[in-house]
Amino acid sequence: MMNVHDLAAACGFTYYNGETLNGGAVGGAYCCDLLSWVIGRAGDGDALVTVMSNPNVIAVAVMADLPCVILSEGVKPDDKAMEKAKDNDVIVLSSPWTTYETAVKINGVLKAAGDRE
Amino acid sequence: MEPIVLNYQVDGEDFSTAGEASSAVKKALKQLGFSPDVIRRVAIAMYEGEINMVIHADGGEATAEISQEEIRIILADRGPGIKDIDLAMQEGYSTAPEEVRNLGFGAGMGLPNIKKYSDELKIESTPGVGTTLRILIRT
Repeated sequence: MMNVHDLAAACGFTYYNGETLNGGAVGGAYCCDLLSWVIGRAGDGDALVTVMSNPNVIAVAVMADLPCVILSEGVKPDDKAMEKAKDNDVIVLSSPWTTYETAVKINGVLKAAGDRE
Repeated sequence: MEPIVLNYQVDGEDFSTAGEASSAVKKALKQLGFSPDVIRRVAIAMYEGEINMVIHADGGEATAEISQEEIRIILADRGPGIKDIDLAMQEGYSTAPEEVRNLGFGAGMGLPNIKKYSDELKIESTPGVGTTLRILIRT
């Protein structure tokens, strides 16, 4: 497990929202754009990696208690999603890489952190 | 403690704001000191139900009855009803319209997800009259 801000810094993700929020712990990632799959299957401590950028993504992160949303491929959140993220204190990160590459990066950083412990 | 009853009207007009009732219940449970696991299960089950009411029934009424031992969520709508409940319970079966699918929903996981995260799920539905979901989560 790793604090979401440490993970963001180590992976090179930038912030759309939540840079100053207290970050939760990330233990892995769930990569999917179908929100009903996400809400049903993302595990505790999973960062959500997706190209979906509507407000429902933020709602799902809130309901499932996910530590952050990472928008891959440089996708930008729409205005309503940003508003919802701010209202609900959801950390939203940006990754310029594909969902696969983003997940690989997260895995590498988490593994390296685990090996150091 | 005496059961606490929270009641919400779910607006069926704006899909992008769907989840406000679930969000309010989640906050209330947090303030009441329920465990993160219980809060998460209630939030997920209720949110899926709320989304369904917005997609299929133009909104409805959401009630949460909260006591120390259990949380009951009642979601009642006057929508078209569910013709075949067994079919609707199957993962992957969905009658959601295309625009909802484009937003990431309508994958046919809503009712199965509610069942997965609740201790009891009862569905009463009459085509042309409406649907009521009764969700029970033990704390």
